[in-house]
Amino acid sequence: MFSKLVPVPSSSMIPDRDIDKSPILECINLGITFGGLKAVEDFNLTIGRTEIAGLIGPNGAGKTTVFNLLTKVYQPTKGTILLDGRDTHGMNTMQVNRAGIARTFQNIRLFSNLSVEDNVKIGMDAHMHYNMWSGIFRLPSYWKEEKTAHSRALELLSLFNMADLADVKAGSLPYGAQRRLEIVRALATNPALLLLDEPAAGMNPSETAELMENIRKIRDTFQIAILLIEHDMNLVMNICEGICVLNFGRVIAKGSPADIQSNPAVIEAYLGKQKEA
Amino acid sequence: MKALKLNKTTRRNYLTYALVILAYAILQIMGSTGSLSSSLKGMLVPICAYVVMAVSLNLTVGVLGELSLGHAGFMSVGAFTGVTVAVALQDAIPAAPVRMVIALIVGAAFAALAGFLIGIPVLRLNGDYLAIVTLAFGEIIKSIFNNLYVGVDAGGLHMSLLSDKTNLADGGRLIIGGPMGIGGIQKISTFTAGFLLVMVTLVIVFHLVNSRAGRAIMAIRDNRIAAESVGVNITKYKMMAFVTSAALAGSSGVLFAMNYSTIVANKFDFNTSILVLVFVVLGGLGNMLGSIIAAAALTILPEALRQFSDYRMLVYAIVLILVMLATNNPTFKAFFSRFKPGNRSGKEAA
Ligand SMILES: Nc1ncnc2c1ncn2[C@@H]1O[C@H](COP(=O)(O)OP(=O)(O)OP(=O)(O)O)[C@@H](O)[C@H]1O
Ligand SMILES: [Mg+2]
Repeated sequence: MFSKLVPVPSSSMIPDRDIDKSPILECINLGITFGGLKAVEDFNLTIGRTEIAGLIGPNGAGKTTVFNLLTKVYQPTKGTILLDGRDTHGMNTMQVNRAGIARTFQNIRLFSNLSVEDNVKIGMDAHMHYNMWSGIFRLPSYWKEEKTAHSRALELLSLFNMADLADVKAGSLPYGAQRRLEIVRALATNPALLLLDEPAAGMNPSETAELMENIRKIRDTFQIAILLIEHDMNLVMNICEGICVLNFGRVIAKGSPADIQSNPAVIEAYLGKQKEA
Repeated sequence: MKALKLNKTTRRNYLTYALVILAYAILQIMGSTGSLSSSLKGMLVPICAYVVMAVSLNLTVGVLGELSLGHAGFMSVGAFTGVTVAVALQDAIPAAPVRMVIALIVGAAFAALAGFLIGIPVLRLNGDYLAIVTLAFGEIIKSIFNNLYVGVDAGGLHMSLLSDKTNLADGGRLIIGGPMGIGGIQKISTFTAGFLLVMVTLVIVFHLVNSRAGRAIMAIRDNRIAAESVGVNITKYKMMAFVTSAALAGSSGVLFAMNYSTIVANKFDFNTSILVLVFVVLGGLGNMLGSIIAAAALTILPEALRQFSDYRMLVYAIVLILVMLATNNPTFKAFFSRFKPGNRSGKEAA
């Protein structure tokens, strides 16, 4: 009986301070099918410039697929993605990143044989300019840019108190630290929109609490938008200003944490339809 | 505080330079005092050439993480183009070292071009396509040089395929003679030239690996999707590593060829490619010092095993297996890692 929900206007998620500015991200009727399976369909979402937004839903709902569409790991079969008003149609993963979207991965993807510092520096590669010959002949531009990259990497790492781990091999970090490093690496690309895929997965409660602080800190320091997927409802309800709920590839609700918590369609999706005895 | 401190990798690179210089110095001294056997003396240049081959292939296989089965093809391209130029310039430039340098550069440039042409279609794909294509490339190059005739006369260079149709004018000279290869080469490769080429190769590879390019190349190897997601240009960096690797192999071919009076295309066949791959795998992926040691040791070994005559290849195979067992044995590894510089103690101090 709850299944037909009145669609919420998509701008209702945007916090007041961003309402006058153009949104950083607009998804319009986004969709993808995998051999007949509609993994995501009619996905509409608008995110404000400095908003922290949440994307939630049961397992297999299509959340990670949305991230893969935004970052062009998959090319959408339908719909439009506007990043800062610009259509990303035809862009590849690298170009989307350079246009301003950075992400982390649900199943961690670090450069595990490289040092923590190098992982972060690779995020800066698109912003470095010296060429191969300057590198081989160690020309002044090499020393200058490497020095800048080194200090910026340490600066970013110290946001997460990881500066003293700079020389450690990324693959040998504990799980929580690997998740944090992925965030730092994404930040190093200087994004306008940061996508976090289950950043608290595998973290203990105190690590999660710290992560929440850090996500807020990132938004405040860099004035960027953050869209996060998370199963930890405590985290989502605490830091997200707008929440979008997916189920079976479709948006079933959108709104503030308070709206979502009391939304019957959401409760049904998570708990299953309550049968009358 | 110094901006870029001396980390583990840098120390290891300096150790590699130092050991190569030391080996050169010792061999030079032994050579001048006459305590070097003539067979070993004759192997010094080939060893240098194989060292360059191993280090350059390690850039593709160990650092970039792509398999190449036709590295000898690039050596061949370098050898034939470089030697052709050296022979053609024999009268114009009498100074052997100058001719050598020009030949090395030309050989490297042509091998780089070949690498680039292969890279354009293949490096855009993800998967083990490079192995197949380089395998074919090695064979194709061998056939081409087995059927190529190049001559020089007053009118410049003349070329023909399949049979000798160069029609050289009087005083002209056939340089590449199809399956006969190049004959009458002036042997201008010296051990010092080989040593310098090894050093240049090491500097290029270490500096490349230790710059933004090397970081990006290793990032692609470790996780391509993640590298793309942080804006790394995959094709560009793959190409950079592969072309550099090909160019160095080309220069190695020049060094190798100019050590003999004749050189034929069959010298650079699939077996050579696999041999170099064995050096790389035995020495350790991404481990340049390991490649150098493996290349040198395994080039000397068959010679040293001469006394076993018939059982030579058997002993060779057994030694290979033993080395492989040893390098992959965890207790062994733990034992040797204690001697690697800067494992524990240096960390806090730096
Ligand atoms: N490359 C693909 N090919 C075929 N089906 C896919 C592909 N990627 C995802 N799917 C399917 O799309 C659906 C959504 O998957 P997705 O990974 O987006 O879920 P999710 O919401 O992130 O789930 P979780 O919370 O478990 O991470 C699943 O049914 C999945 O099997
Ligand atoms: Mg997921």
